Amino acid sequence: MKDFINAYSWINIHYLLQGLWITVAVSVVSIVGSYVLGSILGIIRYVNIKVVSPIVGLFIDIIRNLPLLLIIFFTYFGLPNLGFRPSSVWATILAMTVFESTMIAEIVRSGIAAVDPGQMEGARANGLSYGQAMYHVVLPQAMKKMIPALVSQFISLIKDTSLATIIVLPDLMHNAQIVYGQNSTYILPMFLMIAIMYFIVCYALSLLSRSLDRRMS
Amino acid sequence: MIAIFHNYGGLLLQGFGQTLLCSVIALFFSLIVGSMFAIFETTPIKFLRVIARIYIEVFRNIPLLVITMFFFVVIPMFVAKINGFTAGTIGLTIYTSAFIAETVRSGINSVDPGQMEGARANGLSWWQAMRHIVLPQAFRYVIPPLGNQFINLVKNSSVLAFVAGFDLMYQGNVIASDSLNTMSTYICIGILYLIITLPLSYWMRYLEKKLA
Repeated sequence: MKDFINAYSWINIHYLLQGLWITVAVSVVSIVGSYVLGSILGIIRYVNIKVVSPIVGLFIDIIRNLPLLLIIFFTYFGLPNLGFRPSSVWATILAMTVFESTMIAEIVRSGIAAVDPGQMEGARANGLSYGQAMYHVVLPQAMKKMIPALVSQFISLIKDTSLATIIVLPDLMHNAQIVYGQNSTYILPMFLMIAIMYFIVCYALSLLSRSLDRRMS
Repeated sequence: MIAIFHNYGGLLLQGFGQTLLCSVIALFFSLIVGSMFAIFETTPIKFLRVIARIYIEVFRNIPLLVITMFFFVVIPMFVAKINGFTAGTIGLTIYTSAFIAETVRSGINSVDPGQMEGARANGLSWWQAMRHIVLPQAFRYVIPPLGNQFINLVKNSSVLAFVAGFDLMYQGNVIASDSLNTMSTYICIGILYLIITLPLSYWMRYLEKKLA
């Protein structure tokens, strides 16, 4: 019990919260980036443009079947071979954005494919251009179907930022390792605390997705 | 790249083997544990439902790395010394089983409830009806999502690199720091991962289309 009280002194908790802040900040930037990039990739894959779409499709299939850890290593240790040297924060954001956008592209593509094709035909028959029909008619309906899958992807993105401790991103996991590295009696309390912190962030997001889902249906 | 394959073929092969081994073991156990919790969630007994709900929500919302490091760092302090490979495999099993439980549960729920009622009306016990009537039908629905879970499992097994599990990713780092040619090393490692995951992912897409 004494270990727990010592481990949870304000200075340690404050340090963990700094880590949590980095985790959340990196996640938010990656979520926004991968959402934008992923939607573009997903739409390109769906609409079947000659030459472009198969190349985008191949890119998506390759990246999403690789471990994220490998892509993180690639951006941090591999890219300097080409003369580009990102900091650990930017390397993480770059790796997460590229990886997650391919996952989101698949969600977007299958979301659009799940919309009744009659919607597109009806909109076209009413005189809307393909782009207008897509933007005003098909995408809003696809969006509704995509929300649960998108949110669970974002949750796994937040969890996966912990992998970036390996390139010394000062996130929650990394800061916890530093705290328990000073004193081995802090190990158990630290693990419990970061598990709780990750859980709160991710569970809150999943509750949000559930209530969004309920409100929309 | 060819030089990497040529010079470090043995290490790469060893890592490839470890990754496959760990994924298959973790898949086997997480299928068992996951199905068990999925059945718990659909039982009429409230206590089991609550236990299953807690297990699934907790382990789905905690990073795999935290679970794995817990087994690598905390368990040896209090219980028994375990090596990195075992710690990684246990972590992967616990993490994946929560996702598999969720998948199997939605499979069970998508079976028409009339099937269960019909079986019960014909005198089967709840467990018999589950085992012989509902589960076989549920597994047909869940094969494609389970395949995707296995792909995720193979990718997630790279977490063994954190705990000295001698998997593909770990060997990749050894080779990268030895050859100093990080770029080609990681491309080689990527190709080896794709050899496992890419055919699986195309196969699952085919199955999804066929079953739909």
